[in-house]
Amino acid sequence: MTFQQLVFFLFAAVTTLSALRVITVRNPVHAALFLVLTFFSCAALWMLLEAEFLAIALVLVYVGAVMVLFLFVVMMLDINIARLREGFAGYLPVGALVALIMVSEMVLVIVSGAFDTGAPEPAPATYSNTEALGEVLYTDYVYQFEIAAVILLVAIVAAIALTLRRRTRTKYQNPAQQVSVDRDDRVRLVKMKPEERD
Amino acid sequence: MRNGWLQPIADAVKLLFKEIIVPTNASRTLFFIAPMLSLAPALAAWAVMPFADGMVLADINAGLLYILALTSMGVYGVIIAGWASNSKYALLGAMRSAAQIVAYEIAMGFALVGVLMAAGSLNLGDIVRAQQGAWTTGWFVWPLIGLFLVYIISGVAETNRSPFDVAEGESEIVAGFHVEYSGMAFAVFFLAEYANMILISALTALLFMGGWLSIFPQSWAQTPYIGWLIGDGIHWFLLKTTFFMFNFLWFRATFPRYRYDQIMRLGWKVLIPVTLVWIFAEAAAIALGWKPWLS
Amino acid sequence: MSFAMPDLIPVMPEIAVLAMACVVLLADLFLKDEQRNVSYYLAQLTLLIGLLLTLNLANEGSRLSFGDSVINDQMATLLKSFIFIVTAIGFVYSRRYLKERGIFKGEYYVLGLFGVLGMMVMVSSYSFLTLYLGLELLSLSQYALVAFNRDSSRASEAAMKYFVLGAIASGMLLYGMSILYGMSGSLDIIEVSNYLIRELDNDVALIFGLSFVIVGLAFKLGAVPFHMWLPDVYQGAPTSVTLYVGTAPKIAAFAIVMRLLVEGLGHLHGDWQGMLIILAVLSLTVGNFIAIAQTNIKRMLAYSTISHVGFLLLGILAGTSQGYAASMFYAIVYALTAAGAFGMILLLANKDFEAEELDDFKGLGERHPWFAFLMLLLMFSMAGVPLTVGFYAKLSVLSAVVRVELYWLAIYAVLMSVVGAYYYLRVIKLMYFDKPLTNQPISQQWDMNLVLSINGLLMLVLFFLPGGLMSLCIKAINF
Repeated sequence: MTFQQLVFFLFAAVTTLSALRVITVRNPVHAALFLVLTFFSCAALWMLLEAEFLAIALVLVYVGAVMVLFLFVVMMLDINIARLREGFAGYLPVGALVALIMVSEMVLVIVSGAFDTGAPEPAPATYSNTEALGEVLYTDYVYQFEIAAVILLVAIVAAIALTLRRRTRTKYQNPAQQVSVDRDDRVRLVKMKPEERD
Repeated sequence: MRNGWLQPIADAVKLLFKEIIVPTNASRTLFFIAPMLSLAPALAAWAVMPFADGMVLADINAGLLYILALTSMGVYGVIIAGWASNSKYALLGAMRSAAQIVAYEIAMGFALVGVLMAAGSLNLGDIVRAQQGAWTTGWFVWPLIGLFLVYIISGVAETNRSPFDVAEGESEIVAGFHVEYSGMAFAVFFLAEYANMILISALTALLFMGGWLSIFPQSWAQTPYIGWLIGDGIHWFLLKTTFFMFNFLWFRATFPRYRYDQIMRLGWKVLIPVTLVWIFAEAAAIALGWKPWLS
Repeated sequence: MSFAMPDLIPVMPEIAVLAMACVVLLADLFLKDEQRNVSYYLAQLTLLIGLLLTLNLANEGSRLSFGDSVINDQMATLLKSFIFIVTAIGFVYSRRYLKERGIFKGEYYVLGLFGVLGMMVMVSSYSFLTLYLGLELLSLSQYALVAFNRDSSRASEAAMKYFVLGAIASGMLLYGMSILYGMSGSLDIIEVSNYLIRELDNDVALIFGLSFVIVGLAFKLGAVPFHMWLPDVYQGAPTSVTLYVGTAPKIAAFAIVMRLLVEGLGHLHGDWQGMLIILAVLSLTVGNFIAIAQTNIKRMLAYSTISHVGFLLLGILAGTSQGYAASMFYAIVYALTAAGAFGMILLLANKDFEAEELDDFKGLGERHPWFAFLMLLLMFSMAGVPLTVGFYAKLSVLSAVVRVELYWLAIYAVLMSVVGAYYYLRVIKLMYFDKPLTNQPISQQWDMNLVLSINGLLMLVLFFLPGGLMSLCIKAINF
């Protein structure tokens, strides 16, 4: 076993085990953290494939941003696990059946050898797949890239349209107003006669 | 002792020997993992830092991305600490920190995009080498001054330092996410904060201020005896890093703490638009070949 | 680094719609609430521009662009044109309804236009990636539109169900695509097709991938047993959104089935025919029988959609160009009919009245004979009664099925449409033979009345003159 294989099996084991824990663990926050671990070890596996850009992007986007917000929400919610698990036994036979069928199908596919394409040639050391990705992303795949951008725009529009409410009763400060305040608005000079001294 | 210079050491020793109290009903494992998670990324990021030409542990191509990814991991220490402590104040701190870091990471990332566009590389060594030439024209701080400021501001916010230290907010939520920590666990949090500070300072020096490059012309490096001092070298890098570290302390002593909604407004409505426009202008400048700053 | 500028001509309509959608988004920002009509007119203008640009490309012939990932052919032109028309009709119908419910906002039209853009991308896609992205663009807009009336908890629930099930469907579709990609090494539909010609021996893996693709498509189409989201979404969404979701996207869904199954995986026809037969039979059965039990007309129309999807699949599974053309005709006619039917619900609805119960149609013949007559035409067309175009659409699909000697399937489909006729005719019975239960005023708006009248009469006109549309469909298939 080469060192690379050792590393592969290590991370593959961590990935699988933590993915399993995501669905078996009782506490939703722990589940989310296990998901983070799954992502992280997945990124390590991708790194072994020399897909360093994708690996780092996975950590950056999913671990660094998406899961943080996810945890943010999960920590705020009070999720009742017992209620979520109520129908578990009832659904178990169907679920197990579907899972069984899926697994046997996958085994069939893998055994059929359709995916035995052999390992690709390792890229030379100077090869930067960030650069390669950038080159095709803005040329060959520019159409798809733009559509993906539009999808994100729609997500923004949808999120704002569905959640932004102008509350009339909340008190908030308008910095422009604060800055443009004038002395005359705040201070009134009153002329008074000095009081007589006894 | 005279001038109290042994005091920090005494503090450290004291913290080492203090008892670590785990609150009742705290999530014990996570409670102990949290400080390590906040320190480890800050240290791991140093692997790709070039101290001087060729003086780097791992000279990888995607160095900048690696650093970006690792610094984004740091927030987990804070969140987990806040949640695992089973304390209201800690959770509040964690929530604040999570939202704040995600917001500022975008601006920070965009600022770095500007740098890598100017340098044409993600390798930190190459980025420094791209800044060669006189310091007035070569260093990226001048053509990218807007991104530089955004980077410093978001760097301060990312490390939860004053004036963006609402995650700790001693006067509002006592100490935020690490209110329940004591002894060495607490010390590790502090170490992480300072490690992150140093990391951000070093990165600023590398990305915008030419890293190990000297401010004097290349030819002066031939001067006898003091040539090594004038020419490029690790001492320049350390000097610049120290300057930014000083800035961190200076900010802390100067600015009052931002309010939470102000932090959010600054991040989303000021810094991110600035970076977007700057990157667009920069791309135009590169495409049109405007010399000498961005060739 | 240099690259050839891609041919932008085939995507001109897409570019125009995208640009205009952004214009609407920005313009809406500066409008006051009483000026929202400007957004509406801009949206209609966008659809018009898109239609004109699409028609402008009609005689270009088949044209690939962006590295063979986008195609503009006769089918794309025809389907895109009808997507524009149906969406524009829907916008006309829903304006008053939206105003009365306080959701007459620019975002509604922006999301609608982005959905149209997604449909256009789907129709023109010639690569798995483009197809998937178009589908997601459409779905995302739809999720948001369903939840658009955010004070309605039923709408939110519908959107949530739609979102979760839609996400699962996308996952299925992607999984299937990824397996096909793993086998063929390409995302381009033409390459996958070539791969299938070269080697057909890896049957197991191919069928594994194929079945996931079909499950994903069936989810999106709403074919039984993947129809669970449909009734809830149709009922829960604001009627104007139901109209949007229930019409043009069906045309786009037909297009992706054509692109994926026929153009991409046409050589596996023997394998997917059986799967589609199961889907079609189940859809016809479940759709028609459950629709009988409904009291809510939106929900009834949802089940009717399911049965129509069954018919749509019949034409495709026949696997002949006649069948494809018949299906295309069916999809277009169905979209027009459904637009009219939902338009009628929108017409009867007013500020505090949804008009979505079957009882609300009671005595419409007395209250307003003309609209009752139009509704009669629409219901006849859905049921497939002669003298309306629905009959012709069903007939052409059935003749395609008979042509490939699936007699039992054709007979079963006829039986099921007889069952279906029951609940369509019940609406007519309620309109003409029952006493009105409400005296809600029917508001008159010239644009809506005009379009609705044309839409209803189209059912008659197309029955007598189906040749034009049918020959267009046949031409589109035999490009």
